[in-house]
Amino acid sequence: MNKLVKLFTIFISAITLTLASISSSFAKVEGEYIVLGSAISLTGKYSSNGVHTQNGYNMAVERINKMGGVKVGGKSYKFEIIYYDDESNPKRAAQLAERLIKQDGVHYMLGPYSSGLTKAIAPVTEKYKIPMVEANGASRSLFTKGYKYLFAVLSPANQYLEVAIDLAVEKNGGKPVKIAQAFEQDAFSQDVRLGILDAAKRTGSKIIIDDKLPKELNDMAATLAKVKATKPDVLVVSGHTKGALTAIRQISEMKVDVPMLAMTHCDAAKLSKQHGKKSEYALCASQWHKNLSYKDKFFGSGKKYDKDFKKEFGYAPPYQSAESSAALLVFKDAFERANSFDRDKVRDALKTTEMQTFYGNIKFGPGGQNTAKPMILFQVRCKGDVCENKVVAPTKWASDKFFHPIPKWSERS
Amino acid sequence: MDFLIFKAPMLMVQASLDGILLGILFALIAYGMALQWGVMNIINIAQGDLVILGGYIAYTMYLAGIHPAWGVIVSPIIMYFVGWALYKLVINKVVDRDLFISILATFGIAIVFQQLMNFIFGADVVVAQSEYGTTMLFDNSVTLPNSKIFSAFISVLYAIALVVYMKKSRLGRAIRATAQNARAAKILGVDTEKVYAATFGINAALCGIAGALISITLTLHPYVGLPYTVRSFMIVIVAGLGNLPAVAISGMGLGLFEEFADYILGTEFRIGAVFMLLVFILVYRRFKLSKKREYLK
Repeated sequence: MNKLVKLFTIFISAITLTLASISSSFAKVEGEYIVLGSAISLTGKYSSNGVHTQNGYNMAVERINKMGGVKVGGKSYKFEIIYYDDESNPKRAAQLAERLIKQDGVHYMLGPYSSGLTKAIAPVTEKYKIPMVEANGASRSLFTKGYKYLFAVLSPANQYLEVAIDLAVEKNGGKPVKIAQAFEQDAFSQDVRLGILDAAKRTGSKIIIDDKLPKELNDMAATLAKVKATKPDVLVVSGHTKGALTAIRQISEMKVDVPMLAMTHCDAAKLSKQHGKKSEYALCASQWHKNLSYKDKFFGSGKKYDKDFKKEFGYAPPYQSAESSAALLVFKDAFERANSFDRDKVRDALKTTEMQTFYGNIKFGPGGQNTAKPMILFQVRCKGDVCENKVVAPTKWASDKFFHPIPKWSERS
Repeated sequence: MDFLIFKAPMLMVQASLDGILLGILFALIAYGMALQWGVMNIINIAQGDLVILGGYIAYTMYLAGIHPAWGVIVSPIIMYFVGWALYKLVINKVVDRDLFISILATFGIAIVFQQLMNFIFGADVVVAQSEYGTTMLFDNSVTLPNSKIFSAFISVLYAIALVVYMKKSRLGRAIRATAQNARAAKILGVDTEKVYAATFGINAALCGIAGALISITLTLHPYVGLPYTVRSFMIVIVAGLGNLPAVAISGMGLGLFEEFADYILGTEFRIGAVFMLLVFILVYRRFKLSKKREYLK
């Protein structure tokens, strides 16, 4: 018996040792592979957007590897990503980031999905001085902490709907407007709200309703009844997909007439599909749309990306996938310009990034946010029963004219 | 604080009607909870998740091209068996243990259900469309979605049916007997094991109906079950066990309270107000009870 125990102990320690040696050999650069790490939400409440993010990363890795890889010091390298499932849980994400860095020896990170999880990981990557390019954390607070190793390819959250207020003022003949707003109480939505407050101040507009939605809430009837009673010029709603779906459901049921409705997460909520004609005329903020005229040599144009993505994954790419693909283009560019695998050199190269991708121009501001790419607004428009998102602002890329004001419910079929 | 509601009488009407219609739906869920709490002495933390699962059944029908309102018939049938199976698998092992064990067990069930629903139906928020339109009152200033009226109507219908069933049927009598005294019922030949399974099944079926109604009035997501559990827990605490009229009234009261809290304190305090009320009621009840004890001395 004793012998058996001894044998077993030896066996176990042998296995542990081998495993340890294997994982430590997973260094930053392995043979011809540059190893990136990412904690990503494959299960839990962010799992659908987590998968969009992962698909975006994978699509770019495959494309870059196929088109010659990353050239550093005259040698060509390929990208490889180690993924862990963070279960949509910030604590778990931070643990996994530690694990990626300390056990797997990853020296470059890709971001997780959502502002909350990025916020959980950023202190870890910062502590170990690991450059992280993230594509799905837009909260403004990420860029005010003085992080030196965090780079975001997307526009910060406060920019999401600012343009909408300007548009409302413009439609009001340059005069200030009355704004009603309802935002979920989470980092992202509250940052969108700050953007609206700025825009209101700038234009002299008045905020007449300012509701904060708790995250468990799926009933906005009270807010909407107030909107009906006070008749604002523009209603702004941001509460992730649930907020967008609840708002459209109840606005149509309660026949709330507002001249302009601006929201976030319309495409993530598949608004035009789930609510059809009820969602018509809603104005939505988006990081990206396939019709924009940006170009790069890997994916060509937005339209081509859309086509290739559909072929690969069987569904149209939401902007979460597009921005994730762009993150790898940024990494590739930085590695080549640094011409080194030294983390600080790569970071310095990232800092001076100035490039165009199919997703948009990328140039990082002092806080790591992308300052070169404006947000776009699209409006849901329907032909018969088929509804589509049409870009209406900024005017440079507008494919359709912004329809204003929204017709009254009594006049809508 | 916002007193807009007191300046506009129409808002008052709107808030009251919204609150009552919502409250009736809560009351249906709470009635299921009161039933199995009374019979089996189990506080079911997974109540809200059973509701959401019922909603997903209706949503699946909607995706298949069937009108989701049929969910109020199909969903309770499927959910009855889900409840029955849950009893046979887990609940029967904890039914005569102390409350803490059963709370832990149902809490575990809640987590498993959330993850399963997430796995099967995805993490996206979904809605089913009833296309029932809207009823407008007072020159369009008060609007009532017909789907909400429909859901309140169906809830009342099922509640009445259940009361009649409990009074008249053999199983209903057996359930009531077991609730009064399980041991005595057993001695008199009631198969309590069967009664427990049926009770849990009926509770799940009620959740299924409520879920189907929620799929056409509100939104579905694998992780939004908990607020429904909390609300029904509250209603039951206020109303007491096995008292349907009280459950109905406290359900509507809670709906009204929520709506008015929303208008007056602000939307951000809506759920917070519910929890505050819960704490207040628990403290108040304890206070009253302790007084009674003194009196008895």
